[in-house]
Amino acid sequence: MAQPLTFATSKSNKVLRQVAVYLFLSLGALFMIFPFYWMISGSFKTYQEIVTSPIVWIPATISLVNYQEALSVAPFIIYLQNTVIVAVANSILTLLTTILAAFAFSQFTFKGRDTLFALLLATLMIPSELLIITNYSTVVQLGRWNKTLTETFSVIPQVIGIDTYGALIVPFIASIFYIYLLRQFFNQIPRQLYLAAKVDGCSDWKYMWTIMVPNSINALITIGLFNFIASWNAYIWPLLVTNNVEMRVLSIGLRYFTGEAGSEYHLLMAAGTFVVMPLLVLYLFTRRFIIAGVARSGIKG
Amino acid sequence: MVGLSKRKQYTQAFLYLFPAVFLIGLWVIYPVYGSIRMSFFTEWNLFTQEGTGFGLDNYIKVWNDSQFQLALSNTLVYTFWVVPVSIAASLIIAVLLSNKMRGMKVFESIFFLPYITNIIAIGLAFRFIFHSRVGAITGVFNLLGLEPIGWLNDPEWALITLIIFGVWGGLAFKIVIFMAGLQNIDPQYYQAAKIDGAGRMKTFFRISLPLLAPIVAYITVISLIGSIKVYVEIIGIFGGGSSGAGPANSALSIVYYVYQKFYQESLPTIAAAASVMMFGFILIITIVQLWINRRRLTV
Repeated sequence: MAQPLTFATSKSNKVLRQVAVYLFLSLGALFMIFPFYWMISGSFKTYQEIVTSPIVWIPATISLVNYQEALSVAPFIIYLQNTVIVAVANSILTLLTTILAAFAFSQFTFKGRDTLFALLLATLMIPSELLIITNYSTVVQLGRWNKTLTETFSVIPQVIGIDTYGALIVPFIASIFYIYLLRQFFNQIPRQLYLAAKVDGCSDWKYMWTIMVPNSINALITIGLFNFIASWNAYIWPLLVTNNVEMRVLSIGLRYFTGEAGSEYHLLMAAGTFVVMPLLVLYLFTRRFIIAGVARSGIKG
Repeated sequence: MVGLSKRKQYTQAFLYLFPAVFLIGLWVIYPVYGSIRMSFFTEWNLFTQEGTGFGLDNYIKVWNDSQFQLALSNTLVYTFWVVPVSIAASLIIAVLLSNKMRGMKVFESIFFLPYITNIIAIGLAFRFIFHSRVGAITGVFNLLGLEPIGWLNDPEWALITLIIFGVWGGLAFKIVIFMAGLQNIDPQYYQAAKIDGAGRMKTFFRISLPLLAPIVAYITVISLIGSIKVYVEIIGIFGGGSSGAGPANSALSIVYYVYQKFYQESLPTIAAAASVMMFGFILIITIVQLWINRRRLTV
């Protein structure tokens, strides 16, 4: 065998192969990133730069004037506020219900536990489109009861119904998928630790918060982040349950703004960037958790 | 168990489980019953939660509705293209990203971007890219001296534009799952292949791909179900409201049909019947997958 020759070709082959890999990935990355570039660069273009031919690839100046105009045409700051309130409340409440249920499913033994768990898991097959129709009328119904109560006892606030934060938050604060994920983490913590804590007189409640939760912090961060992202990008449910402009979240505000701004792409791109940017920044700092979370759990998003 | 009476154990489990189980019951399990029940009534009173005209009328009406047939065929065409193209592309990208070369983390982060991106917002960017007069693609076509294409306003092209957008949005998730799958393959297989003198292609087709088969199956099911439910992408790229699902409704999908009936035309029972039918399709896919899985296990 001609060893040296093989070696030489294989070395130049290796370089060639690496160049090919980089080339292919760069093309793919261009396809992925171009919409972001086009949106952000578009947000800095003047109306003239948008409509002129040949096409302007790079705006001449970088100015925030389009953002100022978009923000003065529609109350995007209020939309942002609503989106943040809903997404934060959503994540915190989901974490609470998830921790409690995952703890019960992993540590307590009671009759019917596994049947209940399997039944809940089976609901993952159900498409949300089927649920939304009934959930809408549930929200309307609950809102009417709430209103009657508020009219009778003025101390009771209107917490649910069309155009309430409750309607935007409450239907999404319990998820069997997250319970399933966290239960797996809880199951990895040795059972002996639980029994030892019991012998030492530690209550379940205390054990859950001082041992289980701190030991599963990575899983909890991932669950919180996924909830936050899903809530931020939700579209159809917030569209259905909000009529009042003051209650709109960013997705919905953007949709109505699109109808109003028509083809004023310099403003549309500014508004679009305004909606996408906060999550891009969040992603920059947390992508380790997000990507690892998807890899481990297969969350479709 | 450690000194707790049976009754006390039940009470305790109940208290921990109550919030989650109650909420899932109210917002997930009850509405399955509610929507299926609603789908059999021709008239529905939202306030009394009572219906009149019990029967299969809604299903017959939906099935014979030319709009529903259009929605069904569009959804099938969309699925037919998006699922295989995005799976093949993401598998190739995942294999390349698994190379131990510099900069792979940067590429991975870029490929993952669509996963966290608001589809309504980035849909606007796609609209601006595909615009037949001021769009970036039209700009390139002009440079090359090609006739511009009506990506967004020509009924012949609208679905293709939607498919491109769908592939763009669907890659991120699949790449990450495939990479995790590739990482889990025991390196001994590759060493054995190397000793036997197998080339890269042969190694991929004879080792990586067969070992990835369960993951390919999982991704196929997830992405079939996802494609059948295509909706937000249509709003993102064609706008919602009176403009409809693309030019001449050429990008109308099943879910779009459901929401059009429910939200714009206020026909909740028709919408319910259409969504139950969609649930049926998804159930069939899931059962076929379970059946294939079981067969693989027993054979």
